[in-house]
Amino acid sequence: MAHRILIVDDEPNIVISLEYLLKKEGFDVTVATDGDAALHKATEFRPHLMLLDVMMPKKSGFEVCELLRADATMADLKIIMLTAKGRETEVTKGLALGANAYITKPFSTKDLVAQIKTLLA
Amino acid sequence: MIRTRLTSQRLAFLFLLGCFFFNYPVLSIFNKGGSIFGFPPLYAWLMVSWLTLIGLLALVVERKHD
Amino acid sequence: MLQGWVVVLASFLYLGVLFAIAWYADRRADLGRSLIANPAVYALSLGVYCTTWTFYGSVGRAAASGIGFLPIYLGPTLLFALAGFILFKMIRVAKVNRITSIADFVASRYGKSQLLGGLVTVIAVVGVIPYIALQLKAVSNSFSILSSYPEIIMPAAAGAVPILQDSALYVAMILAAFTILFGTRHLDATERHEGMVAAIAVESLVKLGAFLAVGVFVVWGLHDGVADIFARAAAMPDVARRLASADTPAAYGTWGTLIFLSMFASLLLPRQFQIAVVENVDESHLRRAVWMFPLYLFLINIFVLPVALAGLLHFKAGGVDADTFVLTLPMAHQQEALALFVFIGGLSAATGMVIVETIALSTMVCNDLVMPLLLRMPWLGLAAKADLSGLLLEIRRWAIAIILGLGYLYFRVAGEAYALVSIGLISFAAVAQFAPVVIGGLFWKGGTRDGALAGLAAGFVLWAYTLLLPSFAKSGWLPDGFIAHGLFGVELLRPQHLFGLTGLDEITHCLVWSLLANLGFYIGISIQRVPNVREARQATLFVGGNEAAGHSGWSASAGVADLLPLASRFLGRERAEEAFLRHARQRGLNSVKELPADTRLVNFAENLLTGAIGSASARAMVASVVSEEPLGIDEVMNILDEASQVRAYSRELEQKSRELTRATAELRDANERLRELDRMKDDFISTVTHELRTPLTSIRAFSEMLHEDPKTDLEQRTKFLGIIVSETVRLSRLINQILDLAKLESGRAEWTVTAIDVDEVIHEAADSLTVLFAEKRVTLDLAGLQTGLTVMADRDRLMQVMVNLLSNALKFVPTDSGRVRVGADGTANEVRVSVSDNGPGIAAADQELIFDKFRQGSGGTDVLTDKPQGTGLGLPISRQIIEYFNGRLWVESSPGAGARFLFTLPRQAGDNGKNS
Repeated sequence: MAHRILIVDDEPNIVISLEYLLKKEGFDVTVATDGDAALHKATEFRPHLMLLDVMMPKKSGFEVCELLRADATMADLKIIMLTAKGRETEVTKGLALGANAYITKPFSTKDLVAQIKTLLA
Repeated sequence: MIRTRLTSQRLAFLFLLGCFFFNYPVLSIFNKGGSIFGFPPLYAWLMVSWLTLIGLLALVVERKHD
Repeated sequence: MLQGWVVVLASFLYLGVLFAIAWYADRRADLGRSLIANPAVYALSLGVYCTTWTFYGSVGRAAASGIGFLPIYLGPTLLFALAGFILFKMIRVAKVNRITSIADFVASRYGKSQLLGGLVTVIAVVGVIPYIALQLKAVSNSFSILSSYPEIIMPAAAGAVPILQDSALYVAMILAAFTILFGTRHLDATERHEGMVAAIAVESLVKLGAFLAVGVFVVWGLHDGVADIFARAAAMPDVARRLASADTPAAYGTWGTLIFLSMFASLLLPRQFQIAVVENVDESHLRRAVWMFPLYLFLINIFVLPVALAGLLHFKAGGVDADTFVLTLPMAHQQEALALFVFIGGLSAATGMVIVETIALSTMVCNDLVMPLLLRMPWLGLAAKADLSGLLLEIRRWAIAIILGLGYLYFRVAGEAYALVSIGLISFAAVAQFAPVVIGGLFWKGGTRDGALAGLAAGFVLWAYTLLLPSFAKSGWLPDGFIAHGLFGVELLRPQHLFGLTGLDEITHCLVWSLLANLGFYIGISIQRVPNVREARQATLFVGGNEAAGHSGWSASAGVADLLPLASRFLGRERAEEAFLRHARQRGLNSVKELPADTRLVNFAENLLTGAIGSASARAMVASVVSEEPLGIDEVMNILDEASQVRAYSRELEQKSRELTRATAELRDANERLRELDRMKDDFISTVTHELRTPLTSIRAFSEMLHEDPKTDLEQRTKFLGIIVSETVRLSRLINQILDLAKLESGRAEWTVTAIDVDEVIHEAADSLTVLFAEKRVTLDLAGLQTGLTVMADRDRLMQVMVNLLSNALKFVPTDSGRVRVGADGTANEVRVSVSDNGPGIAAADQELIFDKFRQGSGGTDVLTDKPQGTGLGLPISRQIIEYFNGRLWVESSPGAGARFLFTLPRQAGDNGKNS
């Protein structure tokens, strides 16, 4: 059974690239382009892992992460935060909020896939 | 007590005026014969100018307000 | 009726009354209710200047030389006009330094030199003895004339009478006894004699009354008024010459000399100094005396010339000494009571002078001559004695007796050779020697003890040689050869024609040489060295400083009870008490409580306060506890001046402090702004990083995927490559815009300013975006454009602004139904362009934020977004451009009703538009 992955990003081209990449790797992929949609899809789609962009309309990645971590039903959800802002404080903040990993844009597709597989193993 | 500087200066002016009144050459103007209202001119001049000076001194030191 | 015993009895009765007055005044003084604390009493007591010289001698002088008696009284009038400068200062200095005599004054001024005090005492005693002799002569003569009534017989020559039958001897003895009773009954620390002053004031009234009575009797009793006397005199050639003065330079010179001499005499004669300075109770009394004393002199002289002329007219035959006219005229007309009154008046004049003069001299002899000598004799053990007051009184009593004895001796030896006035002038010339050291000492800080000693000694020697010795010689007591032929027969040394100086009367001659030498040595020796510490300290006390400055003196007093709390308020309790205690110790007191409420304490307190709060405030503060006469207007002005300076100063301070506060606030703001800028810079860099990484992320992801998987199908491959290209374009545009903005912000952008047709630029911008509008099927309405609007601006930049605004509008309007309208119109000064859309609109709170870098409108929330259409730099750049041309760019919008971006540009560009 393929793992379900939710891609959350408001940058269409990034979404396209991630969607193509992960589908090719055999994951079951769904996309959300803002924070609210991400929460909605998370409940509906029950992903195993979420790729979560930080800078988004409506709710930031941090907020989404915090809310999901507060939800006991989502306890098993793995969250990889993606951000174009690579400052230490944001990495720390993301991890503190309960993200499992933190990946800085631009990223290596190989590394990303490896990271996903590790988390889902 | 002569406290105010202005009063002192007024008095000093009267001092100079007195020096002028009571000495040559003013005296020589009056130092001659004849008479003024029956008085010898020099005597009349000295007495009148002296009394005037005393009056002015009194005026200067006794005036209450400027 | 006027037998000898009647006259003697009347005299003793009169003296008894005087003594009673003195005793009563002393009692009142002891009770603290001073009888003489009255300006009129002070002015009257100054009348001690008028002695028998005035009472009898003036008439004699007038009979001899007409108006020539008058300068002696004009001088003091002039001196009192200078009261504010000289007398007031002397009184103040004397009070502050507790001066008891003129010898004390001079000694104290030049470093408290005992030698100098001694010299001044010797000069004063020697100089004044002829003057005392004059009084003895006048009293004894008037007595013998009166007691031979009804005959008018001139007394025999002084030397001709056996000494025990000489009434002058008895007069001298009686006066000595009386003076001792008056002046040395007890020892007063202040050397002030209130009883004596009261008696002197009464005597002044008596002698004035007596003289006026004679005057009225002679002028209106014997003649028909003054004019009548003058008319009769004018008719007699040898009397008439007295009506005018000799009209020669020498006569005017003598006249001026006498004015000058009497000016100083009225201040420097020991008795004048005693009354005017030492006995002064209250400095404010001087004010009244300034005119009252001259008026007294005027009154006592008003009948002198008429009486003299009347005497000359009456005693045509001669044989009657003109000095006695005042007495002999009433006698000749059988006015016994008037004659007795005149005698009492003369007695008043004489006793007044003798009492004050000998008391002053005895104080000097005791304090400045005898005691210093005695204290230098260790074997007497005086220094160890606890109470020397008995000894002091004893010395003074003996001094009085000896001085009167010497006066009598001079009278016996030289009294007959001169008229009363001439004897007096010898004394005047002697005390004039004090003028340089006293006046100079008050105004010149450079005088030294050596200079004062040399000047006084030189002046004294020359006075003695040119005036005193000739008076002995003329009376035959010395061989008179040296007068005619000079000392040792040297012509140049003839005492009355020294160094061949002729053409001057003997007084003027003496003054010229003695004062010349005096001044020359005083100044010449003084400037040989700078004053030593002692002299300098005394000079400061006498010449400068607070005490001497006329306007800062206090005429009233306040006690410790008032002043200590006042000082405590400004200095703190501990410091104030410490300072007061120090002051008390300086004054030889054990505790602050013992400090008397006097002017010195007030001045001390004022000085103390001055250090803390400035002189004007200190004075005002002290004035608040000191009851004093109201301030004069110019003092108030002074205080106001100084206070306003203080206020101006404090205003300046306040302003400075406000400026500082402001500067601090500004610094804090600037620091805040810097932090903000720093934070913004961090944010900016972070944002730029984000903006750059986002397209890079896509580019890298697609590139890697294409790279990894060469077998990607063509459709996918084309799509991915298209994305890579567009992201690269976006990246380039972003980089360009960042660089552009950096250039604009740093002012390094290049501008090409030309006249631009606005509607043409708008059309061009619209044309370049036609495809994009068509893609989104958005209507672009350019109907609202006025044509022919020109502005001075950079064409490309303006184009950039229009493209920004149009693509911005396009970004937010809905697809299909979107509509963007462009308008342009102009006023005389500016052109206005608007770009309206029917997008979601912008919340009021965001309307300024959208002009910040990297912030884009997001339909009502201010969450930062990434939008592929824009970089978020378009609006900030547009605003920079418009503002560069002095225009404005802003937005009007309400959420849901679309947005309208507007900008204005002035038609005439400002400075920025002129260059390129």
